[in-house]
Amino acid sequence: MQATRKLVLAGAAVCLLLLVVVAATAALMLASEADTSGGGRTPEERAVALLVLAMAACALSCWVVYQLHELYLRPPLRMAEELTAALAHSGLRLGEYGADELRVLGQAANQLLALREARENDVAERVREARASLEEERSRLAALMADLSQSVVVCNLDGRVLLYNQRARQELAPAADGNNAELLGLGRSIYTVFDRALIAHALERLQQASSERTDGDSQRLIGSAQFVTATRAGRLLRAHMSPVLGGDGPHHARVGGLSITGFVLVLEDVTNSNERQARRDVLIQSLIEGGRGPLGSIRAAGEMLSDFSDMPQQQRDRFLHVIRDEAGVLSAQFEKAAAAFSNDLRERWLLEEILGGELLAVAARRIGERRSNERRALAVKTENVDEGLWLRVDTFGLLQALHYLAIRLQDEYEVREVRLSLTRSGHLAQFDLSWIGTFMNNETAMSWLQDPMSSGGESLPLSVVDVVERCNGDIWFQRERVSHRAFFRTMLPVAEAPKDLPRSIVAAAEGERPEFYDFDIFLWSAVSHELDDRPLVELSYTVFDTETTGLQPSAGDEIIQIGATRIVNRRLLRQECFDQLVDPRRSLSQQSIAIHGITPELLVGQPAIDVVLPQFHAFCADTVLVGHNAAFDMRFLQLKEKPSGVRFDQPVLDTLLLSAVLHPNQSTHRLEAIAERLGVSVFGRHTALGDAMVTGEVFLKMLPLLAEMGITTLRQAREASQRTYHARLKY
Amino acid sequence: MSKKILIADDEQNIVISIEFLLRREGFAVLVASDGEEALAKVRAERPDLVLLDVMMPKMNGFDVCQALRADPDLSSTRILMLTAKGRDTEVSKGLGLGADGYMTKPFSTKELLAEVRKLLGM
Repeated sequence: MQATRKLVLAGAAVCLLLLVVVAATAALMLASEADTSGGGRTPEERAVALLVLAMAACALSCWVVYQLHELYLRPPLRMAEELTAALAHSGLRLGEYGADELRVLGQAANQLLALREARENDVAERVREARASLEEERSRLAALMADLSQSVVVCNLDGRVLLYNQRARQELAPAADGNNAELLGLGRSIYTVFDRALIAHALERLQQASSERTDGDSQRLIGSAQFVTATRAGRLLRAHMSPVLGGDGPHHARVGGLSITGFVLVLEDVTNSNERQARRDVLIQSLIEGGRGPLGSIRAAGEMLSDFSDMPQQQRDRFLHVIRDEAGVLSAQFEKAAAAFSNDLRERWLLEEILGGELLAVAARRIGERRSNERRALAVKTENVDEGLWLRVDTFGLLQALHYLAIRLQDEYEVREVRLSLTRSGHLAQFDLSWIGTFMNNETAMSWLQDPMSSGGESLPLSVVDVVERCNGDIWFQRERVSHRAFFRTMLPVAEAPKDLPRSIVAAAEGERPEFYDFDIFLWSAVSHELDDRPLVELSYTVFDTETTGLQPSAGDEIIQIGATRIVNRRLLRQECFDQLVDPRRSLSQQSIAIHGITPELLVGQPAIDVVLPQFHAFCADTVLVGHNAAFDMRFLQLKEKPSGVRFDQPVLDTLLLSAVLHPNQSTHRLEAIAERLGVSVFGRHTALGDAMVTGEVFLKMLPLLAEMGITTLRQAREASQRTYHARLKY
Repeated sequence: MSKKILIADDEQNIVISIEFLLRREGFAVLVASDGEEALAKVRAERPDLVLLDVMMPKMNGFDVCQALRADPDLSSTRILMLTAKGRDTEVSKGLGLGADGYMTKPFSTKELLAEVRKLLGM
């Protein structure tokens, strides 16, 4: 309404002005008519005056129209631009407008924008929270997986590994013959580790064991399958397979009425227990069967002696000789079996490996604790502690026994100080609890050792001797007259240092997933797609680099180091790498040493290229190779095809060429320069693995940029690379 | 005429007792200390019963048993297997190969005697 009025007013003003002009013109004309007779102004003068007037009127109306335009026509356009910008960036607001109408409109729009921003912030906050809790769950899962004493591997139906824990990685590691090619890795095929037929058979059994009952209350019976298999390193693994259930979809299979998307393998190394069991079986068998013969002879001879007591002396002697002879054989057999079996008996108690020094320290602390009813705690000193000594004992029981003895010494013999020592004596450990002073007779000491222990008014079913014997040891009381020192001496077998699998959780950077699992691979179907038409972001890559003795592969320069890492599902897997020095079997030039810092001494004893390349080939299986200036490295690999017997015929992408595709006007495409352009920090350069890592990160940064250019598949990336100038360079 | 029994066992200590026992019971006793010797003596002496140990050098008891049963001339020879292995599967193997009886060490000499008499139809 107001706008209309203003427009009307403006229109009226223009009309009025034109009227005034017309009126003035008319008046001038009339005046000129009147003055014609009396001389006065000439017609020219009048025309000029009219013209001036008309121009003034025009100027005035132009000014008015301009003002109106500025006030009512331009601001809406400005507003439209500002709104467009504000739509893209939620922090922006519309400016102030001169016209009241637009000001109101602007304010309303600003309110809407503010509302939208608040919503967006709200959503972003919720997303952040959800992600944080997801991250937390993932970390928990990672910690849990890392802590498991069993190996866990989860695969999709193609046999691609989606998840594994550190233990699995170590247990399924290839034999220790210097082969460091990883067999287990995200996105890798489990069939490189296990026989395909074995898994297929287990899946079949899974199917038989699983069923879905829909009668009445629907009930799912999810079966599992077990198999025992040997690893490449010759270990026996018991695998427990259970299905991963999911909804129907393209990557699912129906198993016994259930829809499964993959399977979980829980692996347990049963080499030792199997061996133990087999040993025990052999032992029992040899005892039973080996005993029958001698026993048969003894029995028969005994029966003859008693049934025919009238036999001549000579005959009697023969039978007696048989009995003595066979009894001797039997005894020897028993001794042998007992010795063999005692090792196995040890396993039955929950004995644990502990560093002797650690046991001593804990014992000292416990004994030295002041009890509530005493004025002074017993002083404990440790001496002669053999730090490197491992024991295999029932730690809890042994500590209890030591505590019990020390307390009795304090309470009944007023001993103020005891000493603990631990020394090695052959393959036994000698563990002494000693004190000076009050005489104690052997009988008392014996009863302390043999009576059930009591502690804090509570009596325990075991004696000190029981506990020590359980640890396969012996304990006795002894006195040294010269030093007035008395001690309880315990002899225990020395154990081997446990070969515990080290546990390591690599802390993931914020927003980054720990690298040893990737559920997104559930959606993979590896075989069905031609690599070329696969989106770049879906492919797995091996990013690699080599260090060489020089730049002339055709003139005899050789590879001295190969480093590689993997990209799966757009993530650089820093934990799954290949890093191997290679003996070039030729000298290194000082120039090249200056570049890579690898001296000839480092290469002594390293495997030759014909050993390393097959390992590297296995590492690259099913992936696209990525390298910076890959043509150079590929040339070296190709020259070694014959001696090594492996062909690298995978697709290859070159970050140098891709950089030229992305930034054709840049003068340099050196790795550092690209890294800087793409915001990748560079460290550890000029080691093959370091360069491979940088190349991998650069490549990941390139993927979205390539996508912006419409390059999304492997085929497109290869074609674009070939078109660039650098592609024509030949090494 | 007394029945003739061959003891085929490489364990001298059990042979002493069995030989003594059977002689006391009035049997004519022959001894062989390995499988080949046992087979040869069966062919040459035609005993009525063979006490056949399973674990013997050169040729084990099962093989001897099989060879004896493959010879129609010797079909009347009774075979009692003696063994230090007590597995059921072995018992059935011995009987399957044609042995007439089976005794597991250690056995009672009375039972052995009873079994011998039974097999000889005494």
